[in-house]
Amino acid sequence: MLNWVEFVTLLIIVVAAYFSIRVSNLLFAVVALAALSLLLSLEFYLLKAPDVAIAEAGIGAGLTTAIYVLAIYQIEKRDKKK
Amino acid sequence: MKSDMSTIVKTVTDFLFGFIIIFGIYIIIHGHLTPGGGFQGGAVVASGFALLFVAFARTFLDKKPQQLYGLFESVGLLIFISLAFLGIYRTFFYNFLANSGGLFGMKITQGINPGYFNTAGVVPLMNMAVGFEVACGLSLIVYLLYRGVIEEGEDGE
Repeated sequence: MLNWVEFVTLLIIVVAAYFSIRVSNLLFAVVALAALSLLLSLEFYLLKAPDVAIAEAGIGAGLTTAIYVLAIYQIEKRDKKK
Repeated sequence: MKSDMSTIVKTVTDFLFGFIIIFGIYIIIHGHLTPGGGFQGGAVVASGFALLFVAFARTFLDKKPQQLYGLFESVGLLIFISLAFLGIYRTFFYNFLANSGGLFGMKITQGINPGYFNTAGVVPLMNMAVGFEVACGLSLIVYLLYRGVIEEGEDGE
């Protein structure tokens, strides 16, 4: 039963990684990256590493998403100015 | 752009901010018993502060708390290295509080036990110092990025 859950989680991680690379809309790519981080933290938890899972959920899904979104906002504003 | 977010975001932030901070502090001070420690708890607290910056931009960007954050970050690191140097009569990072009977110095019983909070000596104190430092440092990074974005936008308009 657990193997099934892990398999689905890994499958969605791969799909999210594909989207985060291939999509042309940067904001969509960042959201896909956040989803990848969140599912990766779930996978860490299933593999009995809750310590790493907390770090991954806090840093990967929380803070880097905020930093990426701020950077994208800045870049789009600069492009409009030119 | 230099304005607060909508009422929904502000209400949810009002409700969630306390819980996020309390959860982060729980992860920090139970670092020697449960998964997580100073770094993880500090990251959780910093994500709570990032939520606060985004939701209440106008209130927080005028206060300019970067001096305070820098000071607290340095104080956390100084506490960490001071605790490491306090055990220098044996070795660097010597755990001089463990099993001493005082602060965090309860004697650990042999065998299986549920995990007692008042143990592990200097480790919880170092967890608190690292948590303080990481929370303030990551909050400082997010704050400076956000302020830079908004100030550049104001210059252009």
